[in-house]
Amino acid sequence: MLSLKLAAVRHRYGAQTVLSVERFEAAVGEHWLVLGPSGCGKTTLLHVIAGLLRPSEGEVEVAGQALAALSGAALDRWRGRVVGIALQAQHLVPHLSVRDNLRIAQYLAREPQDDARVAETLGALGVADKAARKPSELSHGERQRVAIARAVVNRPKLLLADEPTANLDDDSAARAVDLLTEQAQSQGATLIVATHDARVKAKFGHTLRLGAP
Amino acid sequence: MNLASLSASYLRARPLQTGLSLILLALGVGTIVMLVLVVSQLEERMGRDARGIDLVVGAKGSPMQIILSGIYHLDAPTGNVPLASIQALTKNRMVKRVMPLALGDGWKGYRVVGAGHDYPEHYGAKLAAGRYWEKPMEAVLGAEVAARTGVGVGGRFAGAHGVSGQGDEHGAAPYSVVGVLGRTGSVLDRLVLTSIESVWQVHEEEHGPAGEEDRRAREAKREVTVLLVQYASPLAAATLPRSINSQSELQAASPAYETARLFRIIGVGVEALRAFAVVLIVAAGLSVFVALYTALEERRYDLAVMRTLGASPARLFGLLLAEGLLLALVGTALGLALGHGFASALGLLLSAEQQYPVTGLAFRIEELWLAAVALMVGAAAALLPAWRAYRTDVARILAQG
Repeated sequence: MLSLKLAAVRHRYGAQTVLSVERFEAAVGEHWLVLGPSGCGKTTLLHVIAGLLRPSEGEVEVAGQALAALSGAALDRWRGRVVGIALQAQHLVPHLSVRDNLRIAQYLAREPQDDARVAETLGALGVADKAARKPSELSHGERQRVAIARAVVNRPKLLLADEPTANLDDDSAARAVDLLTEQAQSQGATLIVATHDARVKAKFGHTLRLGAP
Repeated sequence: MNLASLSASYLRARPLQTGLSLILLALGVGTIVMLVLVVSQLEERMGRDARGIDLVVGAKGSPMQIILSGIYHLDAPTGNVPLASIQALTKNRMVKRVMPLALGDGWKGYRVVGAGHDYPEHYGAKLAAGRYWEKPMEAVLGAEVAARTGVGVGGRFAGAHGVSGQGDEHGAAPYSVVGVLGRTGSVLDRLVLTSIESVWQVHEEEHGPAGEEDRRAREAKREVTVLLVQYASPLAAATLPRSINSQSELQAASPAYETARLFRIIGVGVEALRAFAVVLIVAAGLSVFVALYTALEERRYDLAVMRTLGASPARLFGLLLAEGLLLALVGTALGLALGHGFASALGLLLSAEQQYPVTGLAFRIEELWLAAVALMVGAAAALLPAWRAYRTDVARILAQG
């Protein structure tokens, strides 16, 4: 069963084409690595898949849902429920506690606010004891775990990660990728990791290589 | 986690800006609430004191002074009027009732008023204890006078010359208290009532024992201070004051007209204060706007992340709007509390000076309007920041990292 299907997707800013994917299909539960140099459109691809950006042309289907058929608020709501995004900068809301940073994901996706699920997710990522802390009181690695916890708390069908290993040493980079693959596996989610970091290549069975468009 | 708690968390994260907006709004709302409370209570109270009194007749002088001294017992009287004028007025067909008052003495800052029993009855007063005066030198205390001095039925006191009660004491002519009035919410509460004869007696005895001839001469010259007049017909207003004023020694003053004039004079100050309060509220609105708008820059990544978590642009708009409304709501609540606090403090101050009573415990419908306006100011101040949050270009912000 296909989890993700892109056909003839192109995105342009003005006259400049920033993304061009002729064909990309991922089956449910597959772990994909999107590789390519900076500026090849990796982040744009993730935004298109997440429905944050409507491509200039082409079709995107996620878990059987054609994104073009969803409009405005429906697309936002769909994103909150189906897609989990671990952002490059692991941005957490600074004045909210770790626990509230996960609750906000449930709230904004209009999912029931389930503290047991929040605790379970934090536990799975080994940061259960930091639930009451503010992001600024955590180490870099802990913040990354919380960011991944926030991405998976709503049990997404599709887990996206943008440069999860940026600025990490080899060990940390390997651990970050392990956490993502573990979480995707335990949720049965399709994982798509965009990176220019060739170190993690060995951990993925599928690779999409983006060249300069 | 809900819209209110989320927006509250953002406000708490910026305590200084939030505090400034709240203080400005609370001061503006509080000032207006205090003005509304004080002015409305003053108007109500003055209206109650003057109710049923169509005309006050006193010695020639300022009509305003006659009203202030004859009805509100705040100013010194203009002089005295001869007893004969009572008879002349009573006989006039356009006059329903004449209540003569004799002023001149005070006790501990309260005025001793010589009057007939019809005077307390006019205000619907009921005796809380004792009886009304029957003989000269018997006095009935207003409720506040009794409460503040602690003197009750059976007590004795000596009046002092001068309406404020600060002059020489008439030691030789002590009053005995025979009754205490229940609270009326009118000027009676701060008066000491006695018979007109008592006031005459006090002042005549000052000149020492007198022969029969002296006494008769004095009786012929006896006077009262003001006459409170009730019209028999509204037509009287057209002719009676003019005919009284044409008599050389008398002056007629209309409570309705003079009170309105007084409020026009006070009104200038009230308007100035009100304008100042409006400026404060506008400043509060600007402060809310600047706080939300400048915070947008550091929040734009938060807002983009919220979009990735499933928030629609409309919810980001709602979040910012909720912050403006929450500030306005809390600021208004503080302002209402402050306004009632101001009014209570003013009431304490005034009651210590035995002036008009003001309470902070009353509630006026205008406060609801004020709250609605303050909420609208908060919402209006949040509109532009909310619109910018609505327009958050999530892909661009995230791509910038």
